[in-house]
Amino acid sequence: MIRNSTDEIEVLIALMAKLPGLGPRSARRAVLHLIRKRALLLTPLADSMSEVALSARECLNCGNVGTSEICDICTDDRRANGELCVVEDVGDLWAMERAGVFKGRYHVLGGTLSALDAIGPEELRIPRLVDRVTAEAISEVILALNATIDGQTTAHYIADQLQDQVKLTTLAQGVPIGGELDYLDDGTITAAMRARKEI
Amino acid sequence: MEWRDHGILLSLRRHGESSAIIDVFTEEHGRHAGVVRGGTSRKQAPVLQPGAQLDVTWRARLEDHLGHYQAEPLRSRAAAALSGRLALAGLNAVTGLLSFCLPEREPHGNLYTRSEQLLDLLDQEELWPLAYLRWELALLEDMGFGLDLSACAVTGVTRGLIYVSPKSGRAVSAKGAGDWADRLLPLPPVLLGQGAATDAEIAQGLQTTGFFLEARLAPSLGRHPLPEVRGRFVDAFTRRL
Repeated sequence: MIRNSTDEIEVLIALMAKLPGLGPRSARRAVLHLIRKRALLLTPLADSMSEVALSARECLNCGNVGTSEICDICTDDRRANGELCVVEDVGDLWAMERAGVFKGRYHVLGGTLSALDAIGPEELRIPRLVDRVTAEAISEVILALNATIDGQTTAHYIADQLQDQVKLTTLAQGVPIGGELDYLDDGTITAAMRARKEI
Repeated sequence: MEWRDHGILLSLRRHGESSAIIDVFTEEHGRHAGVVRGGTSRKQAPVLQPGAQLDVTWRARLEDHLGHYQAEPLRSRAAAALSGRLALAGLNAVTGLLSFCLPEREPHGNLYTRSEQLLDLLDQEELWPLAYLRWELALLEDMGFGLDLSACAVTGVTRGLIYVSPKSGRAVSAKGAGDWADRLLPLPPVLLGQGAATDAEIAQGLQTTGFFLEARLAPSLGRHPLPEVRGRFVDAFTRRL
């Protein structure tokens, strides 16, 4: 094999190739770009990654990723409005925050129940969720889990655990914004028809 | 190697960034796994939900390779399953038990037909529990642990059968049971295809089939205990009694 770079750069390329969306060739291009923009990109990126590697941690309360033991959302008193939004993982929390429509607090489960992968309630943060509902005087739990079989199975399980303790709601299902009926699967159309509303 | 069949999607797990390995219970090829390229993409994810009825084409260079699937949806059952707690728990129980029990690449045509018919009743909450109980009987039968409820194992009579022997899986009459009655399993009329098939009878029937799934079938597969999803379905059902 012909090698055009030193061992350190090869290691960097191999590591970059493990990132989502990158393969060996695109990682090579990215590393080459970083080296060419050393002052503008490579050094600040290396510094930033080094800082994050030292400081990033999971919030002990909700499971969000932050730089302190309790994340900014959990320490913000303005968000203690009695609403708790349950999401599957941190990516979902970020998606909800991007929408900017929810002003309460979150609880990240860290996955969904899965018989196949032997993921039970104890592997998720469900016991912690039940504790929080009481401790934080939660009035409404919004189950913002994926509209998949696993996601909704988990939602029903949580609903069973919190039954009669708190108001439980779940996200609506139906036609996405910009969606064309012709391109939707029949399951989505059925769900949308069942959840139709008066105009 | 290439074949085309139709089947029920049992499970899906991510493979790499966008592909998925799916496990499909097909009519002619049994439970068969394969890779679907782009299986977790936005376009494919709604189609590849457990319980979906698929038209699949499987290709591989050699027969014992994992191979690749090309999957086309025939019927989605996700909307029906997501419409109610019992339907969702039922779908999970069926796919969970099939994944647990079926050996790979061994056709079970009769069980396939029963499973397809059962899943098509998913949104009919009144019919579903009875159909599910009959399906569990068919599953035990297909796996070699069928119950013989035709006559009393002790006296040979064909009437007044109210127990099942946990040892032999045969029916026992009240007279035949004698002092052993408290050690026998209930045989509600619904298991004999008789009576009104009330929810209470179906729950008793599930208790009996559950015993044979747990104590006979599971150990024979070397995997124990049964998937939790079956217990969750029975819980969801008995809660409505």
